[in-house]
Amino acid sequence: MADLRLASVSKRFGAVTAVQGLDLEIASGDFIVLLGPSGAGKTTALRLVAGLEQPDQGRVHIGGRDVTHEAPALRDVTFVFQQYSLYPHLSVFDNLAFPLRSPLRRLPPDGIRRKVEEVARLLRIEDKLLSPATRLSGGQMQRVAIGRALVRNPAVALMDEPLSSLDAKLRGDLRLELKRIQRDLGATVLYVTHDQTEAMTLATRIGVLENGRLVQIGTPREIYEDPTSLYVASRLGSPRINLVPVSALGETVAPPLAVTAGVRAEHLDVMDGACAARREGRLARLLRLESLSDQRLALFALDGTEHEIVAALPPDAVVTPGDGVRLRFQHVLWFDAQGQRIRA
Amino acid sequence: MAEIRLENLQKRFGDFTAVREASFTVANGDFFVLLGPSGCGKTTTLRMIAGLELPSAGRILLDGEDVTFSRASHRDIGFVFQLFALYPHMSVRSNIGFPLKCQGMARAEIRRRVDEVGKLLRIEHLLERSVSGLSGGDSQRVALGRAIVRRAKAFMMDEPLGALDSEFRHLMCVELRRLHERIHATTVYVTHDQNEAMTMADKIAIMNGGAIEQIGAPMEVYERPASVFVADFIGAPAMNFLPFEAALARGSEVIDVAGARIAVPVLHEDVSTRRLLCGVRPEHVQLADDGPLRAEVLGAEYLGNCQIVTLTTVGGSTLRAKVAAEASVASGDHVGLRFDAAAVSLFDHASGRVLRSARNDNAGVVHG
Repeated sequence: MADLRLASVSKRFGAVTAVQGLDLEIASGDFIVLLGPSGAGKTTALRLVAGLEQPDQGRVHIGGRDVTHEAPALRDVTFVFQQYSLYPHLSVFDNLAFPLRSPLRRLPPDGIRRKVEEVARLLRIEDKLLSPATRLSGGQMQRVAIGRALVRNPAVALMDEPLSSLDAKLRGDLRLELKRIQRDLGATVLYVTHDQTEAMTLATRIGVLENGRLVQIGTPREIYEDPTSLYVASRLGSPRINLVPVSALGETVAPPLAVTAGVRAEHLDVMDGACAARREGRLARLLRLESLSDQRLALFALDGTEHEIVAALPPDAVVTPGDGVRLRFQHVLWFDAQGQRIRA
Repeated sequence: MAEIRLENLQKRFGDFTAVREASFTVANGDFFVLLGPSGCGKTTTLRMIAGLELPSAGRILLDGEDVTFSRASHRDIGFVFQLFALYPHMSVRSNIGFPLKCQGMARAEIRRRVDEVGKLLRIEHLLERSVSGLSGGDSQRVALGRAIVRRAKAFMMDEPLGALDSEFRHLMCVELRRLHERIHATTVYVTHDQNEAMTMADKIAIMNGGAIEQIGAPMEVYERPASVFVADFIGAPAMNFLPFEAALARGSEVIDVAGARIAVPVLHEDVSTRRLLCGVRPEHVQLADDGPLRAEVLGAEYLGNCQIVTLTTVGGSTLRAKVAAEASVASGDHVGLRFDAAAVSLFDHASGRVLRSARNDNAGVVHG
């Protein structure tokens, strides 16, 4: 049974359509990440589920119940915001216990204690339970906020870019932590972000939003390897997928109607001498090399065009700026004039 | 343009020491990044160079001239802040031209210079617009324009991209670097984001607890970290550290970690029995059936062009390996691990200092 089901949900703010015809089903234990740039409708979608916004059309079902017109407090959801919103005057223990003490639940005190201690162990903050919430570091506060959202086993935990106010290193650590906690608790999560690494590493399925519409949903591997449109293809991948007119690739066999070719940096091979001698591949000239930690990126100009293309080079490739080389394109993704994928 | 030289700079605020010791030289035309976590003293160091704070000890030389105690306005340094402080009631053109107007420059000359900067930053089409409707990125371009229009001796930038979202931040990084390659202005740039530092810097100084841990080119600090702190701070996912205890002699090429014999670069110093750390980056860990170190797979994260595999060794350490996107790995798998011997770094556990070896002996190591 789906823990959360959205059926044709739309929401407008004046002339702006924030969410349009959104259909989404989330099963127990799923970790769904909605990915999209600012303005794609991610946060509005979350707020509609939480009941912080009312849809203009469509229904919201949580745990099998139609909650479209129910107040936020009556829906079985919790919300984690970008800015940690802990009660500053309460201890970590009381912050975690707060949702359990709600008059809607009536848990006995020792039940609450057991539950809080269990979550604290998962969060690895058992030794901090008695400290005031304000004594914690940013990463610890956000961990407590996440813990508080999961402690009462909501039908769905909603998270709106919870890691984005943390610095890069902490973000990486907490990402793993969040995934572990979610898995251990079997929690159902709907998570919103514009960060592709978070989407790839956290999600069981990624939903890609474009102008308020869900354009593709699938496992990270499906979205990366088999995107349905140019828009989806350019959401994932660092460096971003190369997009050039089909004609710029040279003598490649493109399907009819294909207008744009998408080639990921790791699917561009610099051909060795033997292949080059047979005059295979596309002529290009190396413009610049960039070493980024463990990635070596090369920017090539495609001869006879004004197009540039980025390739990830293997560590042992020997090339210097100015060199003429022959490139081979693997796993090319083809798109039509509307940016829709054409499967060859 | 100018060379900036810091000699034993210190800054205390009451009992609190923000900067214990900062000494470095920024060569004329270099893009120099001060990198570190919050509270490491990087912003205070930047503000001292700009003249916004006075040091408690030490000297600052701008092109050989001692400016330690001269007024900020006297130093001819441009400053770009994280929050683009623009004049909201003025057009883009007036915002950029403002510093020149203050200098009393002729209007025709101001116009020419602003046009030039507009072209450089690719905001010519916005020059006559009001700044109030601009996007975050364009606002930051205007703030940059206002700093560079003066052709100051040097530029100080304090997390200028911090307020932008992560996707846009990366594009702006590339843009800033290209801009730098066109104008070659001496720049000191403060950030806690290692990606920004790696993308833009000619040289990076990594700060920790008010002191500089290492200074070097991006790939140098990445490949030959001088300390555990640097090794851990730069690189994502972070370097793996396996604890072990041993006495090692100069010339050693093998260590023993929990019963596994691991090849390492030739050691160039003797160490008496102590706790050590074997450091290896995820891309230098290979899954190989005959590898000396046994481990169990905890999980694999798919990243499109690769997978990050998390493992626990029989000794109980957690490790990450970067493997091909196509590799088939599943949690619960028992695998062997092999390290790229030439790429291993050894550290002293207590001090965090790297042990001298064939890998790093030529590195310009500063350790505070």
